[in-house]
Amino acid sequence: MRPTIEFLGKNLIQQIVSEAYLILCTLGIEIHNKNVLEMFSDHGAKVDIDKSRVIFKEDIIQKALKSAPKSFKLYDVNGNETNDFSGYNVHFTPGSTSINVLDYKTKQIRKPVTDDYINYVKVVSQLEHIASQSTALIPADVHENISDSYRLFLSLLYCEKPVVTGTFTIDSFEIMKDFQLAVRGSEKALREKPLTVFSCCPTSPLKWSDVTSQNVVDCARYSIPVEFISMPLAGFMAPVTLVGTLIQHTAETLSGIVISQLTNPGTPMLYGGSPAIFDVRFETTPMGAIETMMIDCAYNEIGKYLGIPTQAYIALSDAKQLNAQAGLESGIGATLAALAGINNISGPGMLDFESCFSTEKLVVDNEICKQVLRLVKGIEPKEDFPALPIFEELLKEKHLLISEHTRKYLREEHSFPGPVINRANRARWKEMGEFTLEERAHMEVEELVNSYKPSTLAEDTKREIINLMEREGKKYGQTSLPDRY
Amino acid sequence: MKILKQVAEYLEKGDRERVYELTGQALEQNVSARQILDDGLIAGMKVVGDRFRKHEIFLPEVLMAARAMNAGMDLIKPLFIKEGVTAIGKIVIGTVYGDLHDLGKNLAGVMLKGAGFDVIDLGNNVPAQKFVETAEKENATVIGMSALLTTTMMEMKNVTNLLKDKGLDKSIKTIIGGAPVSEEYAKSIGADAYAYDAASGVELVKQLV
Ligand code: B12
Repeated sequence: MRPTIEFLGKNLIQQIVSEAYLILCTLGIEIHNKNVLEMFSDHGAKVDIDKSRVIFKEDIIQKALKSAPKSFKLYDVNGNETNDFSGYNVHFTPGSTSINVLDYKTKQIRKPVTDDYINYVKVVSQLEHIASQSTALIPADVHENISDSYRLFLSLLYCEKPVVTGTFTIDSFEIMKDFQLAVRGSEKALREKPLTVFSCCPTSPLKWSDVTSQNVVDCARYSIPVEFISMPLAGFMAPVTLVGTLIQHTAETLSGIVISQLTNPGTPMLYGGSPAIFDVRFETTPMGAIETMMIDCAYNEIGKYLGIPTQAYIALSDAKQLNAQAGLESGIGATLAALAGINNISGPGMLDFESCFSTEKLVVDNEICKQVLRLVKGIEPKEDFPALPIFEELLKEKHLLISEHTRKYLREEHSFPGPVINRANRARWKEMGEFTLEERAHMEVEELVNSYKPSTLAEDTKREIINLMEREGKKYGQTSLPDRY
Repeated sequence: MKILKQVAEYLEKGDRERVYELTGQALEQNVSARQILDDGLIAGMKVVGDRFRKHEIFLPEVLMAARAMNAGMDLIKPLFIKEGVTAIGKIVIGTVYGDLHDLGKNLAGVMLKGAGFDVIDLGNNVPAQKFVETAEKENATVIGMSALLTTTMMEMKNVTNLLKDKGLDKSIKTIIGGAPVSEEYAKSIGADAYAYDAASGVELVKQLV
């Protein structure tokens, strides 16, 4: 049986959804984008252009939910399936878009550069339990107007895994879409085999900005999957109660679903988010708070109820270093998320309120993911009934180390962590060098960077995306791109 | 003075009606606006700030106290205006151009207002020009900027440069905040202060005005 966890139950879900409908159909949503407002108006919603406000109608919401795909898949740059967002399937992806990296040597944060990004991509491409890559850092050594497309460029150049990403502006979408067309070869091929997921954020409370609502529309035009990242902050920009925050999250996410499905019915979407409680002592948005994680798991239940695959920023930490807090917050988050069946779990590698990335943490988190993926496989009998024969064998042989039953099921029943997790006894651990977790993680990072093998994406495609990127850079006066190793 | 002690006490409790009443009574007793401000309202807010830093009380209590402070300010501000001086100081705040993150800036605004500052909030996506023009026009002595994106933080430099170009950098001070910026960044662009949160921002702005 696959273990699961539930927080809401059907009655409470229905109440939350019905309140969210009420909000959408009475208070409405502010959308600061003329095109989107017009689209709503064309579909019979009440639109106040001057106040940028749309009052929804129930039938528009229901129609959007009807056309929303119940599942979809992602494919790597070579077209192989990697992610199946359906049912209770779970996949991990690194936390995205950090402002800083945690430098292993200095233990200080600093702004990332191209080399950091390439290192990260080389590592993530080999992490077995992280299904996709994300554009996790913003390299600071290129012009700021290309820093969002540049990270997707590096990702597609170095790593075959599909990419969770997003743009900072309306303009960047164009090139970020062109990269994907170059990889897939045609619009049709891209529609058939999605390569990326774009994060699109409503602005709590109950608002969409010009940029992010346009991103939803642009993605829909090319059937590029989006994940809605609603961020109600409980007690600050949302009700203090978890239920109240869920109502707001539901309303905001439904509004995104409608924008997407009105533009192009059938566009794949993830019912996602990055809500948090607001810590009224430190004025921060803790992602590692248990209540934050409860909200995440609960809205995932609502997404499932509405028939849409889900995503959450969970399995990350607010610690400033790779320490016990980092492990416990990421571990609890990953465990809860997987039990809840959140389909795309964003977080590994991330620290400090989504603002700092650590590649060392990423390899530690990869071990968390491994164990969690084992956890949700659950407990199943494997030639355990009848039980007498194996116990007769045990009593006779005194052990089962070489029993056929052991040899058949050992690797299926037990998972074996990589070198980051130390299970040696103390004496052997000493002999191995007495390395701390941080040191082991760093050694693993170096190992992976060294064992990296270039992406098998066709060379002429690589050249094409390099040309695209160089041309884009020139637009903003960046005559050459930083060296790549 | 007993009445000012009471003003401070009720302010600490966040009781805006009582603070308003007591401020009115103090004025009737001919206590000067400056004294009410310094020994009543600001004294109360100082206690609130200290208790907040010690985690004895949380942000909601601070904001309740700030609201009570504003109630008192409503009565004494006209007196300052009559004398042609600002009560504590005037600050222009906003989130820089290209950036829509305004929660931190809003919180800083509420706290500054709560501390008695005149706050002109320009909202988000504010061009450098607008910061400087508004500060000039309104005779503000501080500009407070917020940025949350790596790609927008350099906008802050446009503001500090513009102030320098216009020879205003001595009369108009700058304070910055937001996740991508830091003390070092503030120094590197010639901003006068960096605040890691709203509460510390208030203390820093007090030193800048
Ligand atoms: C909430 C949030 C949003 C909300 C903002 C809602 C709003 N109305 O502001 C929404 C959902 C709209 C949003 C949108 C986006 N966001 Co955002 N967002 C955040 C998040 C999670 C929290 C920010 C926040 O409000 N914190 C709470 C407040 C209270 O804290 P604060 O802002 O830091 O302010 C405090 C102090 O810094 C200080 N302070 C700040 N300013 C000032 C000013 C003065 C004068 C003073 C005295 C003090 C001060 O005092 C405040 C109180 O203590 C951050 C993560 C993070 N760690 O910051 C990401 C984050 C900043 N966002 C990010 C991104 C990428 C985006 C988007 C581009 C995503 C997208 N693809 O659409 C868009 C941006 C669109 C745009 N052009 O601006 C990235 C930035 C990455 C980077 N390298 O630059 C972050 C780091 C998250 C991530 N890892 O992806 N976001």
